[in-house]
Amino acid sequence: MILVKNLHKTYGKVTALNNLSFTVNDGEIFGVIGPDGSGKTSLFRILASVLLPNSGSAEMNGLSVSKDFKKIRNIIGYMPGRFSLYQDLSVEENLKFFATIFSTTIEENYHLIKDIYQQIEPFKKRRAGALSGGMKQKLALSCALIHKPEVLILDEPTTGVDPVSRKEFWDMLKRLKSEGITILVSTAYMDEAGLCDRIALMREGNFIATDTPQNIINSYNETLLAVQTENMSASLSDLRNHPKVKTCFAFGNQHHITVHADLSISDLQHYLNEKGYSTVEIKAIEPTVEDCFMALTNNP
Amino acid sequence: MNENKVIEVSKLTKKFGNFTAVDHISFDVRKGEIFGFLGANGAGKTTAMQMLCGISKPTSGKGTVAGFDILKENEKIKHNIGYMSQKFSLYEDLKVWENIRLFGGIYGMKENEINEKTDELLYRLKFEKERDTMVKSLPLGWKQKLAFSVAIFHTPQIVFLDEPTGGVDPAMRRQFWEMIYEASDQGITVFVTTHYMDEAEYCNRVSIMVDGRIDALDTPINLKEMYLAQSMDEVFRKLARKATRVEN
Repeated sequence: MILVKNLHKTYGKVTALNNLSFTVNDGEIFGVIGPDGSGKTSLFRILASVLLPNSGSAEMNGLSVSKDFKKIRNIIGYMPGRFSLYQDLSVEENLKFFATIFSTTIEENYHLIKDIYQQIEPFKKRRAGALSGGMKQKLALSCALIHKPEVLILDEPTTGVDPVSRKEFWDMLKRLKSEGITILVSTAYMDEAGLCDRIALMREGNFIATDTPQNIINSYNETLLAVQTENMSASLSDLRNHPKVKTCFAFGNQHHITVHADLSISDLQHYLNEKGYSTVEIKAIEPTVEDCFMALTNNP
Repeated sequence: MNENKVIEVSKLTKKFGNFTAVDHISFDVRKGEIFGFLGANGAGKTTAMQMLCGISKPTSGKGTVAGFDILKENEKIKHNIGYMSQKFSLYEDLKVWENIRLFGGIYGMKENEINEKTDELLYRLKFEKERDTMVKSLPLGWKQKLAFSVAIFHTPQIVFLDEPTGGVDPAMRRQFWEMIYEASDQGITVFVTTHYMDEAEYCNRVSIMVDGRIDALDTPINLKEMYLAQSMDEVFRKLARKATRVEN
């Protein structure tokens, strides 16, 4: 279990973490969702015992990150956002190195990393620095797992990773969860939020919402519509100019708009037809986590 | 060269030893088009883009970018394109105006032109107060906007954007795309890679690379129809699953 109380971290005048408190339960996948600069990395570095907070406390399975850091490091696996392995060691040497530091062997915990490591094993003699992005991620995760940690801390493991590899990565996290490993993971991809047991939406050092993805969606209180027209780029500004449209953003092949509750779909349809659009499709929709995030960051 | 074609390549190929990173790709990109260049990690996107930007010589094949020959005129290509990536775009230890000045100079702009356009750019971005700010202390979203503006500061014919929105917050990501639309409206061709499949929907046409080849190229609507998919995410998964080569 991870227990965080009033964690505070500043760099000069910048507040990276603002009295943050939360709990992550055993065997839970807890996602911290937020843009770059929201404080995710500071939080994860403190929990990994490589950065000290200004005040507040954090415990991992009963061990304090500031007092018991030597013990903490044996029970956590940490994968930093930037590739942190030894570029001049081979794939195999990196893995062996991490296993040795933690007084274990690759063979002992091979079952934990098998699924991932098998994919890079054909290149085990290659220097880590010469691997492609996706393979580096796999090696970094293997190294973070080789000592069978109780808690896994993954800082943006899928940034820059393609949709197919991202899905594989998340399938793997589910398997690790079923081994009883507690997983704290951050991401800037909103679609990954739905794969977590609980998520915290983070912004400027604060958790602006912490709950299951479904509850976060349920607590969305805007009227949300999806609009499609034959000219998506032009309709963006026409929609924004409507007095009863609060926000309008592109969402793939639709625009998601939040509107005042008294604006009816037929009124809006009429408005767009008057503006010269002939193909207009408007429907009320359920929000995604991304809609929730945008609504929460719009109304601080 | 056809005047409306800003990129035109035929059977472009790059081999490293006996590994074929880019395997006979042929396509063209029209003026003012927003062209999405998709593919899984390791599919060959970066290598292909390096050849288009004139920094890597093809093993075989031919083509033109901005009207210049990829094989013989790569220096001229560099002057007529803009480039921005998530990994490298601005110098962190230079101030905002110094970055603009530096890139303007590199692209051969005259000093008075740089000065005039700098004021205009800072005004348009509402960055006037940040003129003397070190780039490293700007929030990421601001940096990305500035980096994009710098990449098109010399009004290139085409701008290459390599995963420009990775890690950016959802609202900022959309503002960034609205800047892309504006550039395209001004006639600048946009060649963009992304791992966000909702962004693929914003492109006029999209190509998807698999194992060094371009396996699909069309408008998002046609691709969805062709692959019986609801979204570009689904199209991408269906195609990328066909990959047989191990990531190198």
